[in-house]
Formats: sequence, structure tokens, C-alpha cells
Amino acid sequence: MMEALSQEQLQLQLRELCGDVFSFSQDNAGMCVAEIPVNQLYQVVSKLYKNDSLGFQFLTDICGIHYPDRKGEELCVAYMLHSLVHKTRLRLKVYVPLSKPELPTLTGIYASANWMERENYDFFGLNFLGHPDLRRILNMDEMVDFPMRKEFPLEDPRREDKADYQFGR
Amino acid sequence: MAEAPPGQSGPGFFATSLDSVVGLARKNSIWPLPFATSCCGIEFMSTMSAHYDLGRFGAERLSFTPRQADLLMVMGTIAKKMGPVLRQVYEQMAEPKWVIAVGACASSGGVFDTYSVLQGIDHIIPVDVYVPGCPPRPEQIIEGILRIQDVIQSEGVRRRDSEEYKQLLDQYLVK
Repeated sequence: MMEALSQEQLQLQLRELCGDVFSFSQDNAGMCVAEIPVNQLYQVVSKLYKNDSLGFQFLTDICGIHYPDRKGEELCVAYMLHSLVHKTRLRLKVYVPLSKPELPTLTGIYASANWMERENYDFFGLNFLGHPDLRRILNMDEMVDFPMRKEFPLEDPRREDKADYQFGR
Repeated sequence: MAEAPPGQSGPGFFATSLDSVVGLARKNSIWPLPFATSCCGIEFMSTMSAHYDLGRFGAERLSFTPRQADLLMVMGTIAKKMGPVLRQVYEQMAEPKWVIAVGACASSGGVFDTYSVLQGIDHIIPVDVYVPGCPPRPEQIIEGILRIQDVIQSEGVRRRDSEEYKQLLDQYLVK
């Protein structure tokens, strides 16, 4: 069993493999976080998957985030990659504008991306170009909104049982 | 023994209205369909078992097909995605049929005021009795059954043929 990669070794290997496309940071748990431009996403992940010494062959999660204040890059997508050989995780982040939330699908690399990309389409309206079957997966098909976007009201405005007058306010 | 409805009695006969006799028969032999999706369903299990024993009210025969049921008991959170399923179950029940919404979720959405949860089943189907509580105790569910018995007793035999009833179903888009 190989030793777990240190942050520095991992960053070095990533730079060697893909060039200077990453801007690195770290989260509180010490996990390596790298932001990359969206047009580099497919090539980078493809290299990380195919490279034998890194072996990021497990896509654990795809996670959408909405930052309404980041003008021009309101939607963030975080890809959680796991290397089973190195016991190492890597979080790749890409940003896309709300006006054109398009990014390439990773279904050609990871079969598990199919489900997760549909989920992110369902909740954030992210358009994964090239996805074989991009339609809603958890919410009802008739839904027109993307409920995890911040502009979506948290509570149903038609509900009256929680109104102030019910409590004498 | 159920109490006899008001009427005229003499040696060897008893005269009363057909409505009250039919109501008496219906209310004391309800076949409920439990549509239990969460913790209210657990309370209902307790209601059905020996300690509380819903059988005392003539409703011990649960029907697990809507086609044989008189009373739809919706107990638990109904997701919006499940709404059409609930309506279909209601449509499959034969007339006359009644509905109880048991618990805060079935009645109003409860604490789940969110995008995925139906904010009360009365958006989908007409409801006769609401039982509040989160979850309601078995005593409250029994109280709901007693109130639905009042509804059933006081319902005329021709109500389901009336234009008003048809309009009510149309309003809920129930076939």
C-alpha cells in the first residue's frame, strides 16, 4: 500500500501533469482544493483519471453551489475526486455564469457522473453539455424552478398557518 | 351496541328515515385504508392494536386496496411527487368515500415548509376531518374517527349524486 500523498507532493504532481491551470487552496480539514477554468475541466479530469501514478478513479460527489454575489460566476460546481491508491482526495471547483450555466459532462469518464449531473441539473439548472439523458431526477417533472438557487423562496408564501396574525403578532 | 336513531316504534315495528339507518350502518363498519408515510403511521399502529383498539368503533378491518375501502387515512408527509399517486388512490376508491388527514404534515405540510413537500393534502383531494398533532396521540386519532362517524351519520344517501358533490370533485380535478 502506498503512503498517502502530502499536499505539496500532490500539487506538484498535478502541475507536472496538467500545467499551470490550477489555483490551489486548502479547506479546514486540510483537503486539497483547486479551482480550474471550465474550458479545461474535461481534459484535466480525464488526465487525472487515466494517470496511473495519481489514479483519481473515483468520483465521490458533484456538488452545486450558488453564490449570488459573484457576478459573472454565480454558479460553482465542485467535483470531489478520490484516489484509492493514494488515499487522497481532491476537490476541483469550476465557476459558470448564471446567464449561461453550461459545462461539459463527465459521463464519458465516470459512469457515476450520470446520476449526479442530473441531480445538479434538477436543483441548480446546470446544463451539462453532452449528457446522455439530462432531465429531472428527484423533483417532480412538472417543476419549472431550480429550488437550490438562492432566489427560490425558502418557505411557501401561500401558507397562512405561520402568519403573524395566527400568533397575535 | 349502537344507539337507535330517532323514530316511531310500536309492537313489532320501528319506523325511521332511510338516511339515518344507512348512516348508522355505514358509520359503524368503516373499512379504512391506511396511507401511512411517516411517524403518524406508527401512532396509527398503536391505535389499531390491543391497548387503544380501533375495533371498538367498527373500523378494525383495514383494507389494503383502495377499491374496498371507505375511509382514506393519510398519515404522514406527502411529497409533491407523491401527490398524483395519492389522487389516484382516492380515485380508485368506490363511493361513498371519506378522507381523514392525520397529523400536521398531511393537514398543512407541518414543519416541512419546503419545495418538495405538499403543503396539505387538501391541495389534491377533499378532506373531511383533520387531526392536528405532530404526531397525534392514538386518542386524537380515535377522536378523528368519532368525528368522521358524525360526518358519515349525518350524510344523506343521495349526497353523492348531487350536483354540488360533482362540482367539489371537479374542483379537485378528481375523475
